[in-house]
Amino acid sequence: MSAVATPRVRGRGWLLASCLVWVGVLLLVPLVGIVITALKPGIHVVTETLRAPDVIHALELTAVITVISVVVTALFGVVVAWVLVRQRFWGRSLMNATVDLPFALSPVTVGLAALVLFGPGGWLAPFFEARGIQIIFALPSMVLVTIFICVPFTIREVVPVLEEIGLDEEDASRTLGASVWQTFFRVTLPNIRWALAYGVALTTARAIGEIGAVLIVSGLLQGKTETATLFIFRAYEERQIPAAYVVALLLAAVSVTLLVVIEFLRHRQERERTRT
Amino acid sequence: MSTPIVVEGLTKRFGSFEAVTDVTFTAPAGAITALLGPSGSGKSTVLRMIAGLEEPTAGRIVMGDEELTVKSVQERRVGFVFQHYALFRHMTVADNVGFGLRVRKEDRAAREARVRELLELVHLEPFADRYPEQLSGGQRQRVALARALAPAPKVLLLDEPFGALDAKVRQDLRRWLDELHRELGVTSLLVTHDQEEALELANQIVVMHEGRIEQVGTPGEIYDQPATPFVAGFVGAANVLHGEVVGGHVHLGSIRIPGAAHLDEGAAAAAFVRPHDVHVASGDGDVAAVIQRVASLGWLSRVSLKLPGGETLVALVPNDELNGVGEGDTIQIDLRNPKAFLAPESATERADVSARTGT
Amino acid sequence: MSSAAQALGGRSRPWSSQRTTARLRHLALRGAAVVYLGLLVALPVIAVVTKGFGDGLGTFRDAMATPAAWAAVRLTLWTSTVAAGLNAVMGTLLAWVLVRYRFPGRRLLSTVVDLPLAIPTLVTGVMILALYGPNSIFGRFLDDLGIRVLFTPIAIVIALCTVTLPLVVRNVQPVLQELDTAEEEAAATLGAGPRTTFRRVVFPAIRSAVVAGTLLTFSRCLGEIGSVILVAGNIPRKTLTAPVFIFQLTSQFKPAEAAAVATLLFAISFVLVLVTSRLIARNEAST
Repeated sequence: MSAVATPRVRGRGWLLASCLVWVGVLLLVPLVGIVITALKPGIHVVTETLRAPDVIHALELTAVITVISVVVTALFGVVVAWVLVRQRFWGRSLMNATVDLPFALSPVTVGLAALVLFGPGGWLAPFFEARGIQIIFALPSMVLVTIFICVPFTIREVVPVLEEIGLDEEDASRTLGASVWQTFFRVTLPNIRWALAYGVALTTARAIGEIGAVLIVSGLLQGKTETATLFIFRAYEERQIPAAYVVALLLAAVSVTLLVVIEFLRHRQERERTRT
Repeated sequence: MSTPIVVEGLTKRFGSFEAVTDVTFTAPAGAITALLGPSGSGKSTVLRMIAGLEEPTAGRIVMGDEELTVKSVQERRVGFVFQHYALFRHMTVADNVGFGLRVRKEDRAAREARVRELLELVHLEPFADRYPEQLSGGQRQRVALARALAPAPKVLLLDEPFGALDAKVRQDLRRWLDELHRELGVTSLLVTHDQEEALELANQIVVMHEGRIEQVGTPGEIYDQPATPFVAGFVGAANVLHGEVVGGHVHLGSIRIPGAAHLDEGAAAAAFVRPHDVHVASGDGDVAAVIQRVASLGWLSRVSLKLPGGETLVALVPNDELNGVGEGDTIQIDLRNPKAFLAPESATERADVSARTGT
Repeated sequence: MSSAAQALGGRSRPWSSQRTTARLRHLALRGAAVVYLGLLVALPVIAVVTKGFGDGLGTFRDAMATPAAWAAVRLTLWTSTVAAGLNAVMGTLLAWVLVRYRFPGRRLLSTVVDLPLAIPTLVTGVMILALYGPNSIFGRFLDDLGIRVLFTPIAIVIALCTVTLPLVVRNVQPVLQELDTAEEEAAATLGAGPRTTFRRVVFPAIRSAVVAGTLLTFSRCLGEIGSVILVAGNIPRKTLTAPVFIFQLTSQFKPAEAAAVATLLFAISFVLVLVTSRLIARNEAST
């Protein structure tokens, strides 16, 4: 258990203060700054911006991409986690390493990869062009890069839980007559639900905030392939500063809400781990 | 109601390692059969194969007149109790117990009645809505037992069920399992490394070692008539004396130990004598020994003795037989009921036996 | 005998088909995992690396030939090092404070530390603009002092420190939590002061977590674009980082050159990851 620092340790106050200053200057003050800056021109600017069709479209697009990414990475994430923990096969450590690859790449590299694969003259371009399916500079590529970037989150949260829980409960379930599917839904899934939820929350935050890769693959088509973050980028570049700040503030507000959810889930997950 | 289990030629290989070799025995209907052996003897593997949690490499399993070998775990309808309980941590005690019934789509009222019945049986009725983490180890194992019994299995398999519990709790649960079994009469197969537990609970004991069966018999047979050196050394304490077979006796220095008539003349042999079979002789005995240490255990004492040839013996002697002799004294002792076997072949086997008997 | 045969033909399937179904299911799951990771993760990486070296080392050399390219890589490397170093220290301190101290607002602090995990990096950039820009009190204050933050490497370092703030903390925190304070108490009874105790008892125990967190931070900084692109000014050879440079190259339809620089960054990260995992493995083996 953690000990409380004794009063005679005089450095304690300084330590705490320096940490608070670090966090304050880097995070809290800028956060306050953006609230003030966004609201300074007046509330009517805020409502006007949020009603603009461009902005609404951008928010919708971000929502669509996020939902698809979350669903895909959650589903396949559980499958991959299961295969990694419960199966033994040649290439398992390779698969394990592959899961972590997205963390080693810059988002621009991911966008670039999509360009190489689907862009003009790309490897897979002929296949899709022939069928009239637009991948690059359209929604599909934006979804794909976001999924790539979000792959590790659910897997890395679920794997340790699956490992720790072990096979006993699942074995017991089978001896009691439950089929493989029944065992999964009644025994395994409840055991990983908080870890999975936490991974989903992280994925959501990451997907909403994606900028580097979509900068490259979206083609920056205003009103068509512009996500919320891309809108902020363009608005700033075009000197529509107030609009940029308003949408930025909106995303910040969403993130803070998400943060509260994430903290709650993390707390829940911690409690799960210490159960029994 | 209850059926016997017959296991024939069961073998299990993991890669190149053979964990279980050609195991054949019958667990009689309505009785408790213990699979007894040290860790690594393959006993848990045998149990898991009977449950269907492991696939045998060879052999068959028959329950009553049903061929189990081809059936899936779910179809076998065996009750299984795990060493670490394996309770579903996200379900209440009641939901845990009712799981097997829920899964077989039993009617809700019937299910709830049965759950209540079983919780009463294990004396855990007030805990029905608690979660496993709120229960003690002993309580959890009782829930696990109730859960296994709920679907009325014909066979109950227990894998070191008390291994994770404190000594006192273990004793209590052992007694309680005995009573439960008398009441229910389900064919039970109990895996344990605790020979006291096996001797106390089982109607039949299957002693296993390194994947093979050493002996099958009643507790009395196993204890009094061990068939192999391993059984003699593993079940009950034993002193081991190594010597040579001459004229039906094991010769060790000036000591002549009878009971080796079945062994070849001249062969190296090991004689096993239980500590309580070492008696203080009135007058001349089999051999003279020097007392090294006397530890009083209440009404009897554990006496460490040294023989003329340097071998050590441990004897359990009632205090009134000791008559005031103490450390350093020489006494005459008789060695009763010796069991002689051919000395274990390999050095590791010898070391194995010595380690377990403390000689 | 006959009832056994009945049982065989009746409800249960033969053993072999039982096994086959289970095996098929196993393989199907594994196949799904392989296809998912193979198409969505492995393929893109292979694409970039191949493009970067597609025409041999020539492409790579050409891409890196411009002084802007090397300057960008250098800038990225040193700003990432500074940010990683700062966060190594502050992150460890934060972890210590969060685990060992009790004070009002501790839970809040812990939550705020995680903010960069939730907030879009671009928004972080906008926040920095708001704070240090000419329109804010703080910005004007610094201007008066003659300190320029925006569009200088300082802004880059600030951005990097902000977005990677939680990484070292979250790596070190669980390890600190698990530590048995008995060792520190023993050191105290033997006369060691708090700093000595930290140096000799605590730090060795958390060292690998700190290193892993720092390398993770560094790796993340190498590829950071969202927070940097608005605040750096992107002046070639001055404040143009490698990721922004890659973006510019793709906008100029020079994917091969972009891929070359991207592969270089990836190679550095990759080596780091290898080193980290070996370090962690070695550390775990020796304890």
